[in-house]
Amino acid sequence: MAQRPIREYAAKMMLARNWRDYFPSSLTFPAKFVPVSPESDLKLLSDQYEWLSTEPLVVKPDMVIGKRGKHGLVLLNQDWKGAKKWLEEKRGQEITINNLSGALNHFLIEPFVEIDKEYYLSFSSTDEGTDILFSDRGGVDIEDLLEKGEVAKLTIGILDDIDTIDLENILFSNVELEYRNKLTNLVKSFYKYYLDLHYAFLEINPFVLKENAFIPLDFKCRLDDAADFEAASKWGEIVYPPEFGAKLTPEEEYIKNLDEKSGSSLKFTILNPEGKIWTMVAGGGASVVYTDTIADLGFVDEIANYGEYSGNPSTDETYQYAKTILDLMTRRKNPDGEAKYLIIGGGIANFTDVAKTFTGIIKALEDYRDKLTETPVKIYVRRGGPNYQQGLNQMKQLGQNIGLPIKVFGPETHMTEIVRMALSEQGA
Amino acid sequence: MSSKPEYDLFDHNTAAIIYGYQQNAIQRMLDFDYACKRDLPSVAAIVNPTGGGNHQGFWGSDIINIPIYKQLKDAVTHHPDADILINFASRRSAYQVTIEAISFPSIRTISIIAEGIPEHRTKEIIARAKQNEKMIIGPATVGGIKAGAFKIGDTGGTLDNLIESKLHRPGHVAYLSKSGGMSNELSNIIARNTDGVYEGIALGGDRFPGSSYLDHFKRYEANPDVKMMVMLGEVGGRAEYEIVEALKNGTITKPLVAWCMGTSSEQFSTGVQFGHAGAKAHSDFETARAKNKALKEVGAIVPESFNDLDRKIKETYQSLLQQGKLEPAQDVEPLLVPMDYNQAVAQGLIRKKPNFTSTIVDDRGEELLYCGVPISEVFEEDYGLGGVLGLLWFKMKLPEWAAKFLEMVVLITADHGPAVSGAHNTIVTTRAGKDLVSSLVSGLLTIGPRFGGAVQGAAEIFTEYFYQDQTPKYMVNDMKVKKKNIQGIGHRIKSVTNPDMRVKIMKEYALKHFPVTETLDFALEVEKITTTKRDNLILNVDGCIGALCCDMLRGIGYTHEQVRNFVNLGGLNALFVLGRTVGLLAHIIDQKRIGQGLYRHPWDDILYMLPEHPDNQNN
Repeated sequence: MAQRPIREYAAKMMLARNWRDYFPSSLTFPAKFVPVSPESDLKLLSDQYEWLSTEPLVVKPDMVIGKRGKHGLVLLNQDWKGAKKWLEEKRGQEITINNLSGALNHFLIEPFVEIDKEYYLSFSSTDEGTDILFSDRGGVDIEDLLEKGEVAKLTIGILDDIDTIDLENILFSNVELEYRNKLTNLVKSFYKYYLDLHYAFLEINPFVLKENAFIPLDFKCRLDDAADFEAASKWGEIVYPPEFGAKLTPEEEYIKNLDEKSGSSLKFTILNPEGKIWTMVAGGGASVVYTDTIADLGFVDEIANYGEYSGNPSTDETYQYAKTILDLMTRRKNPDGEAKYLIIGGGIANFTDVAKTFTGIIKALEDYRDKLTETPVKIYVRRGGPNYQQGLNQMKQLGQNIGLPIKVFGPETHMTEIVRMALSEQGA
Repeated sequence: MSSKPEYDLFDHNTAAIIYGYQQNAIQRMLDFDYACKRDLPSVAAIVNPTGGGNHQGFWGSDIINIPIYKQLKDAVTHHPDADILINFASRRSAYQVTIEAISFPSIRTISIIAEGIPEHRTKEIIARAKQNEKMIIGPATVGGIKAGAFKIGDTGGTLDNLIESKLHRPGHVAYLSKSGGMSNELSNIIARNTDGVYEGIALGGDRFPGSSYLDHFKRYEANPDVKMMVMLGEVGGRAEYEIVEALKNGTITKPLVAWCMGTSSEQFSTGVQFGHAGAKAHSDFETARAKNKALKEVGAIVPESFNDLDRKIKETYQSLLQQGKLEPAQDVEPLLVPMDYNQAVAQGLIRKKPNFTSTIVDDRGEELLYCGVPISEVFEEDYGLGGVLGLLWFKMKLPEWAAKFLEMVVLITADHGPAVSGAHNTIVTTRAGKDLVSSLVSGLLTIGPRFGGAVQGAAEIFTEYFYQDQTPKYMVNDMKVKKKNIQGIGHRIKSVTNPDMRVKIMKEYALKHFPVTETLDFALEVEKITTTKRDNLILNVDGCIGALCCDMLRGIGYTHEQVRNFVNLGGLNALFVLGRTVGLLAHIIDQKRIGQGLYRHPWDDILYMLPEHPDNQNN
């Protein structure tokens, strides 16, 4: 459950679908935009949308990339021929932004709009409520606007009624009189829309008012995906795009799917596949502490993964989870012949059944017995909670039965002490 | 209303209402209460929207009733002393339940367990709680615990852990953690390095927690029984800076050992989302390292690493001890709570002879097993009805010819029209408006020596003579001497020249597929003799089924003795009952469908033949 960005196309579609329910009839939203996905056939688009051939166009990637203009990724004021040529060139092109690389594959085409006055508007959630930022000098970064003191800010408390607040004087005192009323209506409507549809952040920079038309030129937003059950009908079908440059390995993808299907939590990120220290830790808090401790002891470069399982996963889920990690860590022997370390850690569970979750891990360890011996892998276990004695005994038994070096500790040993023990073997 | 001071949320008499029927959590609370020697259980009432009544919980070895209400307002009305709501509602309904709870004056604290409540909703909960001066713990939390007094839901896990962490009696250290799992770990660390926990709260891992570190530290600062405090913060958000400020301006003066976890996060090139929703730094200011540094600068005791947290806690405690600032809490023996039966069995501590034994079906595992065969295999291998009968009745995988034969028997015996006793009874009962099972059973109850029982009877007689090497002729004569009819012989209409097709079909099938037909052969010899006496004394359908069932059992490996045993336990009646159930059910459905009314037998069809009134009788 988190705040997740959506594509500009999805955000504008959502706005178009809900426009009548939230915005006054005196304002219109000419929803003119065409998405280009990897499946789109450019030749067919101009038949489908006649205005593409008759109007000047803007084309830009729609992949949750910030500051597209600065990165030269916005094509302005071109006819369809030029746009098509540009798209043909850019589609599939590998680009690098902030050290993250990815191929361009989603775009948005819109009519080019002559601008005389551009506005900035954003909503963001804070502890106190919602911050509304407005500027009549939009089109540049908010940081720059803030620096120049050209932004009006208003915090609306959670229980406040926006209709009782004097927006005109707080936000629009700089704006020409004839626009104030229009903007007040627009912002009030947007605020209700923002709350009702469970946005966590929404920034329109810039937008233009042409007669009665509201024309947003750039739209950036995040939804609170926890609100699915309240807002799904207003959202329509939502596909959350992957973070730009984020490429999940098949193993990460596999655990992600497992996690999405489960009522429990299963997380897994590979940090360094060549690392010597692998962790399989129970609990969102404990997993962080284990990772910290390895780093604190000077082995940050050897941390192979981050992950956690929690919320009482089933035996089969921990089995699949453990197998994925064991498989990755035993694919290659250490070049220097030294051992790799597996930290099966955790705090003292409140309600997760330790024996049950360990049964799955033990089954995976048995499956990988030969590979673990060959690599070789040394295992340190520390855990407490319901049925932990049984779980720890099973681990000890396993060590004896299949001849693996497994050291097992309970709540009497400080949680992260096994990290120190393992790393001191490494000559820390 | 209890008279506890403002800074205490819980005491030894605190009572809670539990929203959501969380039986494990409730029992763990009761066990904790009992071990702490509370006078009364801390669970006053349960709210379960789908059912009322009472929950039976253990209080030591005794059973106590805890009322269950369908609506929160009823629970609150009936239990005005309960000032805590432990809200186990799902993330979908947690908001509504909490908002309702805030409106009740008697509720002072609400702990919200659910993870994944929409952020706007959580923020509204927080604002309304503040407006109404309520304390919120959570969302996305396990709760919290006040040692020796009260625990929220699952906090602290099982009783053995609670006692091992000395939580059954108060120490002098209060702690706060975002993470629920780590809160339990903190209890353990504090128990091992000080005189124990006074109180610990898990604030929850969401971006917007219902109460902050400062909300609770202010209470601990005011509480003279708290001598030192521990805080486990994390990367992301700014809440820890409130504590930096509080240390700076003197709001907090008691020794505070603090550690913010997630120090490694900025060392990874890609942005790893750590365990909790709020655990991501959006600026340098929000990193764990910056927070630890800031806390240390204003006087918090901050270890170098989590691995040294235990040592810092111990040092801080020892120094308070040396300064004479605290009197170590005395160890108190908890009241012994009996172990749960299931747990004792799991640990191999107790044993008991079971009252039931079953040797055919096991429903406990991943898949239902019929005599060891998983239900999926029953379909993959196409066992069919006959195959399943084989598994459940004969505990073996039947050869195809035998399975098919059993199915033939079911098909042939399925029905014999509305006039026979069984169907008649069923129809009359159905028409009297009785339910399906009663109607079925009234028909089945007619099956016995005179109706439908001939399958069983024939098998008994044939095997009795044949298995003792008697000849058919001897049998016919012997039965005549004993003045008994031979069951399975004779038909009302059918005769040698007008054979019963059902018998013909089965006979032909058996002669073609059965490895053994000895009983049938014997029965046919008997028929030869009886039909010389009268044309309709043929081997009838019951006799044929009876004889062939015995042969089938022989064919799958039964000895004569085993066949007799099976016959004697009424096994062949079972086949008739199974088959005819299909027909009886059909009559029920038929009668109901055509809407037949109550049946009353006509007077003119009954011979009334009463004697005279005794007074008028001549002597």
